[in-house]
Amino acid sequence: MGAIYVLWLRELRRYTRSRVQIVASLGQPLLYLFVMGFGLGAVFQQAGHGSYFQFVAPGIIAMTVLFTSTFSGIALLWDRQFGFLKETLVAPVSRFRIMLGRTCGAATVAMLQGMLVAIICFIAGFRPVNMAMLPLAFIFLMLIALVFAAMGTTIGASLKDMQGFQMVMNFIVMPIYFLSGAMFPLDNLPTALAVATQLDPLSYGVDALRAMLIGQAHFNVARDVVVLLVVAFALICLGAWRFSKIEA
Amino acid sequence: MVDILIIITKTQSRARKEIAHRYVCFKINDKVVVKQPNAYKLRTTNLYRVRSMIRVENLTKKFADMTAVDGVSFEVVAGEIFAFLGPNGAGKTTTIKMLTTLLAPTSGKLEIDNLDTTRNQHEVRKRFGIVFQDPSLDQELTAMENMEIHGALYNVPRKLRRERSELLFKTFELWEKKDAFVKTFSGGMRRRLEIARGLLHTPKILFLDEPTLGLDPQSRNQLWTQVKHLNQNEGVTVFLTTHYMDEAERVASRIAIIDHGKIVAIGTAQELKDKTQTSSLEEAFLALTGTALRDESVNPTQRMRDMSRLWRR
Repeated sequence: MGAIYVLWLRELRRYTRSRVQIVASLGQPLLYLFVMGFGLGAVFQQAGHGSYFQFVAPGIIAMTVLFTSTFSGIALLWDRQFGFLKETLVAPVSRFRIMLGRTCGAATVAMLQGMLVAIICFIAGFRPVNMAMLPLAFIFLMLIALVFAAMGTTIGASLKDMQGFQMVMNFIVMPIYFLSGAMFPLDNLPTALAVATQLDPLSYGVDALRAMLIGQAHFNVARDVVVLLVVAFALICLGAWRFSKIEA
Repeated sequence: MVDILIIITKTQSRARKEIAHRYVCFKINDKVVVKQPNAYKLRTTNLYRVRSMIRVENLTKKFADMTAVDGVSFEVVAGEIFAFLGPNGAGKTTTIKMLTTLLAPTSGKLEIDNLDTTRNQHEVRKRFGIVFQDPSLDQELTAMENMEIHGALYNVPRKLRRERSELLFKTFELWEKKDAFVKTFSGGMRRRLEIARGLLHTPKILFLDEPTLGLDPQSRNQLWTQVKHLNQNEGVTVFLTTHYMDEAERVASRIAIIDHGKIVAIGTAQELKDKTQTSSLEEAFLALTGTALRDESVNPTQRMRDMSRLWRR
């Protein structure tokens, strides 16, 4: 058994055993899905954009993946001082492999959580336009999870203590979510906002998911793929570098 | 020139079982100085020239605003139990972190099993096991799963891992609990599991950073009995820090006292008492380090430690 594998497996075991946590973390996406989905539905329809519930469901799935993967990355901060991470840091295993095992684990967990929300969306009436696209949607879900798990790891490895958590939440995670077009179409935005949305990696993830699930894309899918791959690669490198600098 | 030697004396116990006792000796200018009184009748005496397990020369660690460890030098011999004592903030944990490759020294030389800790980091890491001051078990996993992960990280072959896990679980009286979740374990059981895990890859040296902190006397007693047992049976060198003087006196062959980042005394418990003309190690410790209270300023780590305790409950 390799180090990367056991660390990945560990994240997975922890996830599947924390049933209460799984249910608890469904609260927020469900709130967004049902309250926003149905609450804004009428306005959206009147504006001639079709069903808001259909539109927002891929966004909510992406949001779930964003939050779950970022948080499990940031959990590194706890783990570093008071937990299991120290055990791995003194082991004869390179830091890069530890970082990769953890990040892949966090990404897998986020993906599972995202799929759970996807299933709930489906039960609530969400219908993908083309079932054949589902495997591709799954791959995009994986990419989004990888990008933000790597981002979480980078942040978790860079913070000194939990004080910085609020900052990260309010100035990184929430802006990424709100600027991604998860909740509104990216057409006809004021220039400043349009630029901001284009700088947000999640915009491309949401866009690709929407393209796969409801057949609407703002950017084109090829561009989405390239941006997500580049950002994932860059963040894994950055994360690995930050991780290698941890002094426990 | 100081040569370090070890005498292994073999005594016959009533059960006609041979037990090896170790005495640390020094050869200073061709004169052997026995550091522990020999209470047993010698049957055979073998003199071995032994390797040093830890060699520290002029070790210094400076942080932005303070010098945590200031020119520390000492040597630990293979097979020894070496205690590192000192008041809060004296530099104990910083020293352990440097010894275990978690922190890079500002200057000085540091060797574990004759390997430089910064240049041969990987090799050094294979050679030691460590029990940290803060828990480092995964509480959401079972005891066995924690062992498995450790085995995989240290590349212990599956078969060997099973055998050794069983042996260690039995030694530390955790065999019945091997499939229970760590979160259901008491403080003492967790500590024992951490030590068992640290020994899974048969390290040559075991670091214990305040392993008995917060344990009741029964658990402490049991823990030290087991550690001594492993020291004698497997010959694992033990480097420990503690605040309990009685423990240091009971288990350690030699004791170093560190204060303000400097070693103020080093020797057997008896030597420290003689040196300070006191009757107990506690008094010797106070004579050497003073009676002033050490109020550490609360750093982010301590704050987080408090928070994490609340968080977990």
